[in-house]
Amino acid sequence: MSLSARAVVGSAVAVLAAVAGFWLLTAPVTWRLLRGTTEVASTAGDAQRGRILFDVGGCASCHVTPGSQEREKLGGGMALHTAFGTFVVPNLSPHPSDGIGGWSTADFVRAMREGVSPDGRHYYPSFPYTSYQRLETADLADLFAYLKTLPPVAGRASDHDLAFPYAFRSGLGLWKLAFLDGRVFSPDAGRPPEWNRGAYLVEGAGHCAECHSPRNAFGAISGDRRFAGGPDPEGKGGRVPNLTPHADGLGKWTRDDIAELLKTGFTPDFDSFGGSMAAVVKNTARLTDEDRLAMAAYLTSLPARPGKGR
Amino acid sequence: MRIAVAALVLASLSGPALAQGDVIAQRKDIMKGVGGATRDPGRMLRGEPFDIAKVKAALAVYADSAAKMSGLYPAGSETGGETTASPKIWQAKADFDARFAKFGADAKAAAAAITDEASFKAEMPKVLQNCGACHEVYRIEKK
Ligand code: HEC
Ligand code: HEC
Ligand code: HEC
Repeated sequence: MSLSARAVVGSAVAVLAAVAGFWLLTAPVTWRLLRGTTEVASTAGDAQRGRILFDVGGCASCHVTPGSQEREKLGGGMALHTAFGTFVVPNLSPHPSDGIGGWSTADFVRAMREGVSPDGRHYYPSFPYTSYQRLETADLADLFAYLKTLPPVAGRASDHDLAFPYAFRSGLGLWKLAFLDGRVFSPDAGRPPEWNRGAYLVEGAGHCAECHSPRNAFGAISGDRRFAGGPDPEGKGGRVPNLTPHADGLGKWTRDDIAELLKTGFTPDFDSFGGSMAAVVKNTARLTDEDRLAMAAYLTSLPARPGKGR
Repeated sequence: MRIAVAALVLASLSGPALAQGDVIAQRKDIMKGVGGATRDPGRMLRGEPFDIAKVKAALAVYADSAAKMSGLYPAGSETGGETTASPKIWQAKADFDARFAKFGADAKAAAAAITDEASFKAEMPKVLQNCGACHEVYRIEKK
């Protein structure tokens, strides 16, 4: 073999090794080996309880067909414009081929907790599974049971339109190894049940931190800035306020003020929001007063962090 | 308060060479007035003592403001002056105007219907429901 041919073969082997390494690191199975997976019993969930999680989770805000007045029609199709490109939200209705009608409960739990599809593709974290992973398995089964009661909607949403290199889902495997810890919520025994309920709702289904925190260059939330506010993740130049009890944030808000906002949409100054928080309030308005007060109890207990959402 | 708002709006209509920044400031001021007027009835809904005079005063501000708001969104005032008006207003001006008309009509109807605390608790939320319903569609986030 000539020297140059040997070099070619050599570099081909190096590329293959790199590809194999990349495949190994990015394959969903690797994440599962490292983080573990939960076996899901095939017990039927309770759809009534699932509806509460559907409301806290704001699934309708993203998955409802744009322009539809019915929050039960989850045909997808809404475009989310981000710095990485445009994501188009998929069909979440129980349609057998266009939605999730053919899924098992285990498929659904893996999507919500591991961010992976039944056929093994990684999901983008524009689907906020980084928060939904905290949900208990029984609650996910309830949520799935509720989704199955909704009307099937035909039609698949169009593909995402993402900038290079984000269009390659395999790269997400690395992202998940770094930023998806796979930990289900575990209550803090030193805190009252109300606080734990609030923490579970805010950090899990409510995914409040997904908007209310700044993100690093990888699009992940850095722990020490959690809830400190940040620029609008949809990049429209807006800002998302700080939710910690700092003077830059909710320092002057009482628990009742926060619960009232989540119920009626009015701030203590009787302003009410447009944009994405209006959609959140539409969801939290459907909860019980107890759950809203629990969320407020958790938020007012957060460490105070400076930050004006810039 | 009503006179001040009326004077502002009259002044704004008097000159065609009006700077867009002024229109934005005016509509924001009117809306701030609506927010301020909501403080009393809002607190009464949360348990503070009922005071019919304050309720009627707030409803009068609503009716007044609703009549004036539609005219304050001319072409060219889409951006600037820290407006939180959504570009959708200029794509669906008829619907936007109709919502202000409904807000004004609801305020007048409530002013006639509210006679005591029970009717206040029944009627006032219907009026306040207009705020979030319009903001949700026609306002964007603060910068
Ligand atoms: C912020 C917007 C947003 C919210 C809120 C949201 N989703 Fe999604 N969801 C998405 C996007 C975007 C995708 C597509 C991700 C991808 O293609 O990688 C998705 C994908 C999914 C999928 C995979 C569907 C498929 O066909 O493979 C499921 C299941 C799902 N979401 C369930 C939910 C549930 C349940 C909720 C509420 C608890 C929810 N989502 C809330 C944006 C959202
Ligand atoms: C038909 C639509 C509509 C209705 C009804 C409405 N608003 Fe508004 N409101 C707006 C728009 C549009 C803006 C943004 C104004 C701008 O920046 O140009 C706004 C802004 C505001 C602001 C912020 C003003 C500022 O810039 O500081 C407050 C406070 C407010 N509204 C309170 C209320 C309250 C309270 C009600 C109900 C009692 C209400 N609004 C009803 C459309 C509406
Ligand atoms: C989709 C993004 C998004 C999500 C999810 C979200 N928020 Fe917000 N929130 C916002 C934005 C944007 C604002 C500011 C709105 C504006 O200024 O017009 C806001 C404002 C607020 C405010 C008022 C703060 C202030 O200083 O005025 C509170 C309180 C709040 N959110 C609580 C929550 C809670 C609790 C949750 C979880 C249930 C949540 N948010 C989830 C986007 C979001």
